[in-house]
Amino acid sequence: MNLELTDEQVFLRDAARDALSRVDTVAAARSAIEDPASLPDLWPTACAAGWAGLLVGEASGGAGLGVFDAMLVMMEAGRVLAGVALLGHLPASELLDRGGSSVTGDVAEGSVRACLVAARPPGDVVSTWTVEASAGSVRVEAPELGEDGRLDGRVCWVPDASSAGVFVVVATQAGGGGPVAVVVDGDDSGVSVEPVMRFDATRSLGHVTFAGASVSVLDDVGADQCASAWYLAQALLAAESLGSVETALETSVAYAKERFTFGRAIGSYQAVKHSLVEILRLRENAYSLLVYAGWAYEDAPDEFPLAASAARAAAGHALDYASRALISVHGGLGATWEHDAPLFFRRAQLSRRLLGGLGDATDRVAGELLAGA
Amino acid sequence: MDLNDSPEQAQYRAKVRSWLQEHRSEAPVFSGQDEQESIAARREWQGTLAEAGLAGVTWPVELGGQGLGAVEQVIVNQEIARAGVPGILDVIGVGMLGPTLIAHGTDEQKHRYLGPMLHADEVWCQLFSEPAAGSDLAAVQARAVLQEDGGWRLSGQKVWTTNAHFASFGLLLARTDPSVPKHKGLTMFIVPMDGEGVTVRPLRKLSGEPDFNEVFFDDVALDADAVCGPVGGGWGTAMTTLMFERLTIGLGSEAMGYRAERFAQAIAADAHARRDPEVRRRLGEVSLELLAVKFSGYRTLSALQQGQIPGPESGLAKITTVRAAIEAGDLIADVLGPEALEADSEWSHMISYLPGLKSAGGTEEILRNTIGERVLGLPPEPRLDKGIAFSELRAAERAAVAAAKSGSRS
Ligand SMILES: Cc1cc2nc3c(=O)[nH]c(=O)nc-3n(C[C@H](O)[C@H](O)[C@H](O)COP(=O)(O)OP(=O)(O)OC[C@H]3O[C@@H](n4cnc5c(N)ncnc54)[C@H](O)[C@@H]3O)c2cc1C
Repeated sequence: MNLELTDEQVFLRDAARDALSRVDTVAAARSAIEDPASLPDLWPTACAAGWAGLLVGEASGGAGLGVFDAMLVMMEAGRVLAGVALLGHLPASELLDRGGSSVTGDVAEGSVRACLVAARPPGDVVSTWTVEASAGSVRVEAPELGEDGRLDGRVCWVPDASSAGVFVVVATQAGGGGPVAVVVDGDDSGVSVEPVMRFDATRSLGHVTFAGASVSVLDDVGADQCASAWYLAQALLAAESLGSVETALETSVAYAKERFTFGRAIGSYQAVKHSLVEILRLRENAYSLLVYAGWAYEDAPDEFPLAASAARAAAGHALDYASRALISVHGGLGATWEHDAPLFFRRAQLSRRLLGGLGDATDRVAGELLAGA
Repeated sequence: MDLNDSPEQAQYRAKVRSWLQEHRSEAPVFSGQDEQESIAARREWQGTLAEAGLAGVTWPVELGGQGLGAVEQVIVNQEIARAGVPGILDVIGVGMLGPTLIAHGTDEQKHRYLGPMLHADEVWCQLFSEPAAGSDLAAVQARAVLQEDGGWRLSGQKVWTTNAHFASFGLLLARTDPSVPKHKGLTMFIVPMDGEGVTVRPLRKLSGEPDFNEVFFDDVALDADAVCGPVGGGWGTAMTTLMFERLTIGLGSEAMGYRAERFAQAIAADAHARRDPEVRRRLGEVSLELLAVKFSGYRTLSALQQGQIPGPESGLAKITTVRAAIEAGDLIADVLGPEALEADSEWSHMISYLPGLKSAGGTEEILRNTIGERVLGLPPEPRLDKGIAFSELRAAERAAVAAAKSGSRS
């Protein structure tokens, strides 16, 4: 039994922290709310660090690292609210590599940005592959690959869609049969992306419409791999959220030691202290579940849906709690743009509603356990 | 990221598993007989486990243990749970009080007491808490007075003492000097439970089970060699016990049986509930907390294997386990209805056990204070009891309570 980070993982994490410290990404997150164009493009940083090809095998030009390594990088991005566009790219790159796509090398190098247009796999209650609608609580059917080999459908709130050079789309087949993963060129006339920004300017999102788009189908990618891509995105989003939780905790603890009221540091009051310990408790739980997800992906793939969903729900809830505590521990200051707290709150509020949302992830935890009971 | 046993651990696990396979028929069944019989059977089973080297795994070899690490202890716990047989009866003795004797006792004490404790020939109890000293353990009032012959006379009351009704000995924290501040005037004693002047009165727990007690000491005579650790150093000795208590609770969480799969099974049996969104949300929330605790446990083990000792943060797993299990009990009772509260149901037992578990081994509030201060480095609350002689402190407390009472009456 050994769950400690390896020397290589410590190096990867420290290098990521260092690379992301060269730009003040938190300040950038604030400015971008009013001026989205001012957001720095961190993609060159990602490429230089080798993150674009992190999950691509060495034979295809990538680094061949594991899912937990990718999570470590996502955590670092989350710590400083850096928008690095890996959430869409990494799961897509993994499918491209698996399917032997000719674009894999460019994607691994980062000269082409990939974007996963994921679909939520069927569960023990809903038996279809579904995607986010533009509004409302009803999910819609995943895009469909026609018998003519063309792709139709609309998927909303897709992370990193607006910068993508290539889309990897999980689609159902008109003639029946299982789901497939298809590759659509970003320049194809049958695809259009409407960029959208809500509440958190660091999160690049898009509504993607396919209207008779030409595709190439990825070989050797079946229902299990399509599902795994969805859960991989869940795990990566969980890791990113956890990174933000860590910053919220550290910032709050530091302030609680130096802010005095009634002659005492506020961290000595139990209401404050216990709430900070609650952040720590939620952080520890979420980190343990990320470890579970990282381990399951490699060693117990049957448990990956459970582990990734649990991690997503736990980390999202932790960030929700931590970002609110960050505000309240800072009192009036925490509610203003003078402080970073609102930026973490914005991150939390949007993140928890993406890719099915926390409710969906929590339901999936129950569904997986009930199905196995 | 490796959850597998090392080759040596795998070998050890295989050895433990095959022994349990071979001897499981000798194990007592969990319920069905009266308390006396059940205790006798579990004593005998602990003796059998001890003979096989499955009790006192981490105790030194020269004191009858196996001289192995915490990881091996966890392997034994896991295999015992897997075999579906009871573990040792005297978890408090072997897990907490024995290690305290090993750390602080004299050679004579170790040789006299540890062997019979390990084999459950003599069961032990922890005589720490008192009516006015639980969280604030250093406020104990049980008074031991030194006699001219070097012996002691003990008077006072302990409470919530698990297993006292069949224990042979207790480790007791007493005040030996009220004229100094409260943490300083304490001493730890080994007390024979059949001594003259010792009275054990059973207390029923919420569940109805009479497995803990209040214990009265009326001028009980103790020999000089009943002292464990330094006279006046009882607080340090008690801290050792509480450290082992944390370890025992931390490493034993899997054995408590609060597993996500178990609760999912209970819900899955109800075709309507298993599709109800609200039931699923609640089950999902409970389950992810319990899955997190399971992997936190693996992280603790991994750290132990790298030679680290778990700190106060391991209390977080206790908080999470108890909360999640309480939620799970609520959910299952909501789904099953009043039938879940039927006296013999496993859920009724769990539901009535958990509120007490929230206090046992450190209340949630105390754990949060400790973790906030020791792990996050937050400042402690101001204290009104520092540096004041215990006798003065008690007088001030009595005056405050009297003032509050007359105030509320007027
Ligand atoms: C099932 C069970 C088994 C037990 N077995 C044993 C045993 O074998 N031997 C033994 O010695 N003891 C045993 N105990 C006693 C246990 O250790 C105490 O109950 C526990 O430490 C709490 O002490 P108390 O009951 O005096 O509560 P109190 O300390 O009076 O606490 C009352 C309430 O006040 C809160 N509180 C107290 N101080 C603070 C503070 N500083 N900040 C915030 N909140 C505070 C507590 O959290 C609690 O909610 C057992 C208890 C239980 C329930």
